[in-house]
Amino acid sequence: MRQRGVMPYFALLPMLATVCVAYLGAFAWTFYVSLTASRSIASNKFIGMAQYERLFNNERWMLSLNNLAIYGVLFILACMVIGFLLAACIDRQVTGEGALRTVFLYPYAMSFVATGLVWQWILTPGGIPGFEFDWLVDQDKVIYTVVLASVWQASGFVMALMLAGLRGIDPEIWKAARLDGIPVWRVYLSVVLPMLGPTLATVIILLATMVVKLYDAVVSMTQGGPGTASEVPAKFIMDHLFLRANIGLASAGAVVLLLTVLALLAPYAYARSRRRATA
Amino acid sequence: MKPARIGLYAFLLTAALFFMLPLYVMISTSLKSMDEIRLGHIFALPMAPTLEAWRSAWSEACTGASCDGVQAGFWNSVRITLPSTILPIALGALNGYALSFWRPRGANLLFAILLLGAFVPVQVMIYPLVRMLAAIDVYGSLPAIVLVHLVFGMPVLTLLFRNYYASLPHELFQAARIDGGGFWRIFWHVMLPASVPMLVVAAIMQITGVWSDYILGLVFAGRDNLPMTVQLNNVINTTTGVRLYNVNMAATILTALVPLAIYFLSGRWFVRGIAAGAVKG
Repeated sequence: MRQRGVMPYFALLPMLATVCVAYLGAFAWTFYVSLTASRSIASNKFIGMAQYERLFNNERWMLSLNNLAIYGVLFILACMVIGFLLAACIDRQVTGEGALRTVFLYPYAMSFVATGLVWQWILTPGGIPGFEFDWLVDQDKVIYTVVLASVWQASGFVMALMLAGLRGIDPEIWKAARLDGIPVWRVYLSVVLPMLGPTLATVIILLATMVVKLYDAVVSMTQGGPGTASEVPAKFIMDHLFLRANIGLASAGAVVLLLTVLALLAPYAYARSRRRATA
Repeated sequence: MKPARIGLYAFLLTAALFFMLPLYVMISTSLKSMDEIRLGHIFALPMAPTLEAWRSAWSEACTGASCDGVQAGFWNSVRITLPSTILPIALGALNGYALSFWRPRGANLLFAILLLGAFVPVQVMIYPLVRMLAAIDVYGSLPAIVLVHLVFGMPVLTLLFRNYYASLPHELFQAARIDGGGFWRIFWHVMLPASVPMLVVAAIMQITGVWSDYILGLVFAGRDNLPMTVQLNNVINTTTGVRLYNVNMAATILTALVPLAIYFLSGRWFVRGIAAGAVKG
């Protein structure tokens, strides 16, 4: 069985090329560019960490980081709470389960662009006579409207994953809890949630990567406005690459974004490998 | 019925109403005339439903200089989605097969790095990819966008098939080996026929994902191949003058229609794709 021949290696050449060129190669390139004085055209003038210094002195970048933090915390929290509540309710043998699941999950089949555009229209001030809701054009509150649209889009996804996790829990637990007279909410809090631990961790990681990638929804819903009030890092990078001709600064932003992702992933990967080792 | 049960249903129904609201607003707005939209309530039912906005969205709405509606974007998206579904899935299946049955040396490390790629924001790779594709003279074309979808689809698709093949009985492979099957023959005659369920799940995921993509299409597809999502955004956000909300909403529904139709028709398969894609590693 160890006679493998060259074919398996040959078949994996496209994957090797993708990893080496498109992932590692492209990242190395971006990192290199971030150390140069490149503006609209690439330059080989090495300037060390100056782009990073510029980046963190850039008001717009700091604002987008700030927005991303607010967005990230609220988005993940709301998705987790709503997703879990929906999954837990659906899991209690309700009639019309199929229909409810379909309704909660369909937004996930819609693109971020379409999602952003629908919510832009719903939240356009003046849509409801006699009821002024103007967060979409309010510099201090616009980011919350993006949270609202994204939570609508993604909490069904969380529900689907949580429901799969709940269905994997031994029903005997409920019988035992009933015999002991433990209230339902107590069982959820002290028994079910801890058992869902791995599912929760996976969901949080998936949501966190969605947060870092946030771009389409902002572009379609607010274009980063009013002014620059709803700028996010991914959009900052795109704007500096293609509109503001500052490749070096954009690359520095991209590297920071990647490091953020790695920092988020590291504890998760560590916990997983430890769980595997003890299992 | 116990009060707790009533509370449960009340919560689920309220949530269902909230989730349905945007779909309702989209459809009802698209059926109204502009006069009715200006005068009325955003949540009101259309008084004189008309498909005029839909016709206009499909064939007349303006994106920048041209006024041909979103139909061109629709066909562009079809031309992008077909190869960007078939090629990445074929390659993902092949990768998964080689990884789980043949286990070439070093392949697991390669796979681990590839999997990290699933989490990386595309912004990290965009500039180098643009330059690379320009160097081989395909930047801004259909092959370019397909190639980019191939790159960004590979991590999850490879993972999907690797896990799926790992769940198949290993005897299937061993028996084929003993019968003298080679690498490609086993893949083609044994594994692919055995992976029909996964192929369906992967196709649903990939079609939905590629159709919904905005940023890659915007950057790599080129002016003549802009996908529907990009055109839609152009119709709504870059047009100056009076905003035609009914046309905008009709165009939005038209753009969301393909993934939504797949979702409503495929039901549990769609959920399977989510579950399979979420089990990273």
